[in-house]
Amino acid sequence: MTTNRLISILIPIISVILGLIAGAIIMLISGHNPIEGYAALWNGAFGDQYTLGETIRRTTPYIFTGLAVAFAFRSGLFNIGAEGQVMVGWLAAVWVGLAVDAPMYIHLPLALITAAAAGAVWGFVPGLLKAKLGVHEVIVTIMMNYIALYSMNAIIRNVLTEKKTTTAEIHGSASLASEWLQSITYFSRMHYGILIALFAAIIMWFIIQRTSIGYELKAVGFNRHASKYAGMNVSKNIILSMVIAGAFAGLGGAMEGLGTYGTVSVMSGFTNLGFDGIAVALLGGNNAFGVVLAAILFGALKEGAGQMPTGAGVPTELVDIIIALIILFVASSYIIRWALLRFKKEGK
Amino acid sequence: MEYVIEMLNIRKEFPGVVANDDITMQVKKGEIHALLGENGAGKSTLMNVLFGLYQPEKGEIRINNERVNITNPNIANDLGIGMVHQHFMLVEPFTVTQNIILGSEPTRKSGKIDIKRAEKEIRELSDRYGLKVDPTAKISDISVGMQQRVEILKTLYRGANILIFDEPTAVLTPQEIKELIEIMHALIREGKSIILITHKLKEIMEVCDRCTVMRKGKGIGTVDVKDTNVNELASLMVGRKVSFTTEKTLANPKEVVLQIADLFVKDTRKVELVKGLNLEIKAGEIVGIAGIDGNGQTELIEALTGLTKAESGTIKLRGKPITNLKPRKVTESGIGHIPQDRHKYGLVLDYPIGENMVLQTYYKEPFSKGTILNYKEIYKKATELIQEYDVRTPSAYTKASALSGGNQQKAIIGREIDRSPDLLIAAQPTRGLDVGAIEFIHKRLIEERDKGRAILLVSFELDEIMDVSDRIAVMFDGEVVAELNPEQTNEQELGLLMAGSQVNGAGENQ
Repeated sequence: MTTNRLISILIPIISVILGLIAGAIIMLISGHNPIEGYAALWNGAFGDQYTLGETIRRTTPYIFTGLAVAFAFRSGLFNIGAEGQVMVGWLAAVWVGLAVDAPMYIHLPLALITAAAAGAVWGFVPGLLKAKLGVHEVIVTIMMNYIALYSMNAIIRNVLTEKKTTTAEIHGSASLASEWLQSITYFSRMHYGILIALFAAIIMWFIIQRTSIGYELKAVGFNRHASKYAGMNVSKNIILSMVIAGAFAGLGGAMEGLGTYGTVSVMSGFTNLGFDGIAVALLGGNNAFGVVLAAILFGALKEGAGQMPTGAGVPTELVDIIIALIILFVASSYIIRWALLRFKKEGK
Repeated sequence: MEYVIEMLNIRKEFPGVVANDDITMQVKKGEIHALLGENGAGKSTLMNVLFGLYQPEKGEIRINNERVNITNPNIANDLGIGMVHQHFMLVEPFTVTQNIILGSEPTRKSGKIDIKRAEKEIRELSDRYGLKVDPTAKISDISVGMQQRVEILKTLYRGANILIFDEPTAVLTPQEIKELIEIMHALIREGKSIILITHKLKEIMEVCDRCTVMRKGKGIGTVDVKDTNVNELASLMVGRKVSFTTEKTLANPKEVVLQIADLFVKDTRKVELVKGLNLEIKAGEIVGIAGIDGNGQTELIEALTGLTKAESGTIKLRGKPITNLKPRKVTESGIGHIPQDRHKYGLVLDYPIGENMVLQTYYKEPFSKGTILNYKEIYKKATELIQEYDVRTPSAYTKASALSGGNQQKAIIGREIDRSPDLLIAAQPTRGLDVGAIEFIHKRLIEERDKGRAILLVSFELDEIMDVSDRIAVMFDGEVVAELNPEQTNEQELGLLMAGSQVNGAGENQ
């Protein structure tokens, strides 16, 4: 059992290393210096307080979307809808931030709760359809993503503004931004959201590992028949899983709305926060703390990529290729597992 | 006498266990050779070594007196070794022919599969061995017994001379078993050799020539079947004396616990399978349901336990109606259920065995307080049950999937009995288990009866029904067609009733 556990920790790590090596080879082939490239990437992510702050800022929503995908996955559901759940959460948070006037201790929690609720509703619909009618959640969540995108754009244009593309700035009483955090990070956009994100990870761990709710959710994910036999309400658990997952993603949207930007804008396409969440969850082994680590990696790669063109002349697209390769290696974990076992056998 | 297969001094280790410790097995040409052992004795490991799935640490394999090195199943195939797996490896929507040729398709010059030629060849093979398989039938349309024959044909089509049957009768009806035995004899007549992996002693006595016995990874020896008897084989296998007739005192039935009146149930395809069933079970008795698979037994159990809704009729437990309650309410009202399919229903295989022990009670004190689980209490209870029911597992934290079938079943039985239900439903409780485990389970059922529980036993094994029940209810076409005293009936009468014929007006007798 311990070897299995070790292997499941080693696989993502080896995948990351293989991804970076493959990235280095691509840099070499395309005539760039990989050492310079990775140095620029590192400096871009962790080089000084500013980049560190920005890396943390980028990590925050990834933690939420990673949790949203991982949580649903633990009960056997594939939540491709984190993307839409992020957008409705973002919109709801900004809406409350604009429309309500209240002291911070009411306003901020209200905005966060509304965002979570909006995401939860977006998770509830596919959950309900899956539980009652057997409609596959992948199809419904993809559709819900588009509904979220276009509804959001319509509401921004027609309700929150008068035919503008960006809303006004939210009231300070709903903002997660922190002058103190900004000041110690050379005015990065880092905000208090990271604390909420880490707290959310602990919540997920707690629900999954320590409560009878988690016991049911996992049982339903592993074996629906046995769960029904044991008297669990399978439909309820499917819906609950999607609702909680949606709430996590909705909060991820609130991080952008209340923390990073303070506004919400009309979008021509998806934010990709939700889609990247799938990769974060996969890399993190659908485990709450794994998700946090994977989110940090994603945050760092995406932030550090900004330095690569100026620092080493490497195009930012290369970082996307490296991320894609890492995911590829994680997805083909079977091969790594096989190699590890073989290696172990020969070493014995 | 020459041997077709010799496995000499085979040793195979897994981390922490020696699965095969110096095993020798020699199979003569043209014989049916049994490989007997309890679950977990190492039979499958030995056969997987022969089939090239595992490499032994020590020992050699000789085929027709030539030393061979079987490093993968393709080599085993080339050497004429074919395996008929217990769990069939068939593609359901494909036809018999498509399944058989899969992987070695005969093609025409154009590269198109020559299905006509394959069908012809398969029909010839089928006729030669009396298999009566229709090469054009779809797998999903044919019975389990037929599917097994397709597996046999698959090995023959690939030119197997040595056929390994892994627990072939576990999934068959008594009639199908008879036919399988004939097929085996036909195979031998055509010069094939057979290795039969089993723990059913009666079958060995009936069909096998010689028998190699394994116990806990060690080879106990090979005996000539004609020089031995069931009792000797059983004690060789288990390592102690085994009693076959379940010892029990006369039942002392008391008040009625379960009352089923005029019950109608449809299956998932909306076909009515239980049609106006009436049955009563009293405290302190075991009622055995005898019947051929598919006569409504599964649907009856599902309706009793709340897994399926009844169309009409009433079910009362100690006078209180429980018809169409949710499974949780049924469990809480005092029903324990040992499900027919332990992997599908009985266990969450990916959970540790310890957490499986509280599958219906995890939300109650002391296992949870509010919604917070108390793992200490859960594992305390689990450890108790594991000890009491002799569940052999490295620890309570081991995944349920890592346990052998017998130990999984003991765990389920422990869990269900421990809740002290008024009614215990045991569906095929000993399916696929070895004699030691069967003995244990039967003893437990009788103990529970003596404590005053009502027990409903559903089994396709007539021996089990005859041995364990205090009253037999024969189910045919969704109804109880006869209730009999096991002392006053015999297999023949039961068999006829199960097939739907009325015997001496026995229809309604008590």
